[in-house]
Amino acid sequence: MGIVSPGFHGRSRAGDGRLPPGQYLTEDFPVLSAGPTPRIAPADWEFTVTTENGQAHRWSWRQLLALPAQTPTVDIHCVTRWSKLDTTWQGVSLDTLLAEVETAADFALVHSYGGYTTNLPLEDLLDGQAWIAYRYDGDDLPAEHGGPARLLVPHLYLWKSAKWVRGIRLLVQDEPGFWETLGYHDYGDPWREQRYQGD
Amino acid sequence: MLEVPGWPGHLPGQHLDVRLTAEDGYRTARSYSLAAPTDGARVELTVQRLPDGEVSPYLTGVLAVGDPVELRGPVGGWFVWRPTDSGPVLLVAGGAGIVPLMAMVRARRTAGIGTPFRLIYSVRTPDEVYYADELRRPPTGDAGLDITFVYTRVAPDGWPRPPGRLDVADFDSGGWPAESDPSCFVCGPTGFVETAAHILVALGHDPHRIRTERFGPSGG
Repeated sequence: MGIVSPGFHGRSRAGDGRLPPGQYLTEDFPVLSAGPTPRIAPADWEFTVTTENGQAHRWSWRQLLALPAQTPTVDIHCVTRWSKLDTTWQGVSLDTLLAEVETAADFALVHSYGGYTTNLPLEDLLDGQAWIAYRYDGDDLPAEHGGPARLLVPHLYLWKSAKWVRGIRLLVQDEPGFWETLGYHDYGDPWREQRYQGD
Repeated sequence: MLEVPGWPGHLPGQHLDVRLTAEDGYRTARSYSLAAPTDGARVELTVQRLPDGEVSPYLTGVLAVGDPVELRGPVGGWFVWRPTDSGPVLLVAGGAGIVPLMAMVRARRTAGIGTPFRLIYSVRTPDEVYYADELRRPPTGDAGLDITFVYTRVAPDGWPRPPGRLDVADFDSGGWPAESDPSCFVCGPTGFVETAAHILVALGHDPHRIRTERFGPSGG
């Protein structure tokens, strides 16, 4: 079991069973980022999926909003240990966006306005596991939380849910993104507590 | 101050994770920035006690000399300053955000280098300044470090700047102009970081030269 901390009692254990190991529940929605918040006007916003052959599929803001949207309710888990349950979003499923995209790639490198990147297997973006989300908790997604739109992939630690998403490159070979290059785990499954490389 | 046999050393700005285990096996963990540069097996943390906190009241009130603590680290490769880095540095701290920036100040002092540093440190009242003696009466090794205190609620008597939140004027007088191309490190509660980073970008600093670290109570 690890060292017992003499005199430590901890708080009442809310949300047990739904919290991955090492996480605690928050009612807040903490903001973490590597740098300043990018500000992008919807009129300037574009989302591009580029295949391994260089073929580009592009959506403008208006085109994104015209696509069939879903309203997932999901639990989110940050690698800094907070978890938030039953968060509500509105966005377009990656299944919808990738439906017309022809690819033999296995990996995705997601990139954001401001330069952030993160990588994950393509299959983790499919089958109802991911959205390009533009509304949170009944409102437009605030810039601090990734607005105008962010990737939402709740089954992985939240650093994979790239804020200010700009595009996805489909790759035949995996390429580590920003935090992955700095020592965070390549995959990031909260249920296996994959926080850092080597976990 | 923790004694950590086998500590591999760390870079200024990094943090570590402290994990507590109750007798029934319940565990929880939190991250804390390292307050001082590498010093063998000695590791210094500065912990802000949050009245509703789960971990900080334990660390600041219950943990006693000789007690064991489980930790993991160092963590963090981004919000880091190395004494070998060239170019002027701007440190912007809000409240407890001073901690990792203090590690950078102390590393500069220990390394004996004169890299130009400017620190803008925002706190609510003069009583809330961490490392008060060290920052108000800097040692000789801190020559070339300019410090500007910004008081947001209560300022000392006769203080030239009336109390108020951080604004553009504070950066004009206490920061570097964009042309100096400083490395900027901003740390504190998220609202503070948002404001400070926004001002820096508005003043023409390249966003890629601005590194931020946000912390504070989790609300959990």
